[in-house]
Amino acid sequence: MRANAAVIAAVLLFSAGCAQVELRGSGDLGVIVERSAGRLQVVDTTRQASIGAIAGLGDLSHASVVYSRDGRYAYVFGRDGGLTKVDLLRLRIERRVVQSGNSIGGAISQDGKLVAAANYTPGGVRVFDADTLEMLADIPATYGDGGQRAKVVGIEDAAGSRFAFSLFEAGEIWVADLSVPRAPKIQKFRDIGRQPYDALVTLDGRYYLAGLFGEDGVAMLDLWHPERGVRRVLPGYGKGEQPLPVFKMPHLEGWAMAGHLAFLPAVGRHEVLVVDTLTWREAGRIAVAGQPVFVMAQPDGRQIWVNFALPDNDKVQVIDTETRQVTRTLSPGRAVLHMEFTARGESVWISARDDNRVTVYDTATFERKAELAVEQPSGIFFTVRALRFGF
Amino acid sequence: MRRASVLWPGLALACALAPAYADGVAPAREAELVRLVRQDCGSCHGLTLKGGLGPPLAAAALGDKPAAYLKYTILYGRPGTPMPPWRAYLTEADAEWIAARLLEGFPDAR
Repeated sequence: MRANAAVIAAVLLFSAGCAQVELRGSGDLGVIVERSAGRLQVVDTTRQASIGAIAGLGDLSHASVVYSRDGRYAYVFGRDGGLTKVDLLRLRIERRVVQSGNSIGGAISQDGKLVAAANYTPGGVRVFDADTLEMLADIPATYGDGGQRAKVVGIEDAAGSRFAFSLFEAGEIWVADLSVPRAPKIQKFRDIGRQPYDALVTLDGRYYLAGLFGEDGVAMLDLWHPERGVRRVLPGYGKGEQPLPVFKMPHLEGWAMAGHLAFLPAVGRHEVLVVDTLTWREAGRIAVAGQPVFVMAQPDGRQIWVNFALPDNDKVQVIDTETRQVTRTLSPGRAVLHMEFTARGESVWISARDDNRVTVYDTATFERKAELAVEQPSGIFFTVRALRFGF
Repeated sequence: MRRASVLWPGLALACALAPAYADGVAPAREAELVRLVRQDCGSCHGLTLKGGLGPPLAAAALGDKPAAYLKYTILYGRPGTPMPPWRAYLTEADAEWIAARLLEGFPDAR
């Protein structure tokens, strides 16, 4: 009886598998977050279409995603502390844990074996086995006399099973070395500046840069030389003398680089800042239509795409990096939340939350190539992220 | 706890009546405000208002904070924190309406 049942189950599974899965790679796939529905749309960037949906992921407001190095599994960090591993090929949840009360994002280690989640409540970092989602390390973000815990922001992967992250209330940057995953070694950098709110690592994984909300400037740590400590760069970066109210915090992930120039959102200003990364000094400002949220470079570095906070969040502007001029203003829909380029940048996908739509643009002609109906889309994440530091 | 039990019947009644609020905000504006709070305030305070970089705004978390304090915070922000002043987008009546709804448990987007 039991053997029979097992055979039937196996046959059912097998046939279900056949019906569901075509043999294919994952290099041109991605996911779009449907923030209110707690669901992902899995998309094929070659066919420019959705190939299915995966539901049951909890509260996905401000959700973010990292990928396994084979580009098959997406790890989704939900606001409610949910960490969900989804299989893009079989279109299903592989594993799911609710690992905290309130989470902001995460990172995956250089070797792909560890997934780390940055948490607001309780403030700290938790590290999981990427296969099983078993928790391996719990790093409380304690500060002061040790009784308080800070919200953790800006967690990034660094070479050698390390994760760098910032403590919002404490004004600290920590680097956790998880070479022995169950026994993390923590290096703490104190007094790095008030209220670090987000961070990034440069494309080569060398520099960790944390934006400061509480004061001007950027805290920079050279991950090749942590012994040199955190130094302050871009002294004028921030709100400056007459700040406008900031209606949405700019994101630093995906700091746009073109050659040795970096383009980043000014905080509370209608400007994109140009920074020379050889000297870490400001090299210019470009006036744009509103307060920038994401400032993203096409993979070839030729154009920069910018979206905005309220009330200009129905626009996207394109900047030519050679002339440093705005060359286009697009209207992809109401409440533009995110943009994502295909691996080599022939197209960009843009989400418009309040129009329930994702639009695919040709980056050379600005033609609309496709439109996908997606319920309140926010983040768009393609599997090419699997291959890069800081994504 | 006692507080919650006193509030519940009121909440249930409000739901049953498909809220007709007495404040000075038109129904179409109410829908806009619900969306603004859920989606835009939600980017810091969470879509479910359970908190994020900003503090939780669920009724239980707000406790005894007076409506006038909430209204003032919405309109003028909180200097020294990331909370911006929203008075360029919200009228006094809007802010009053949002504060009152937050204290009784904010409605879902329709």
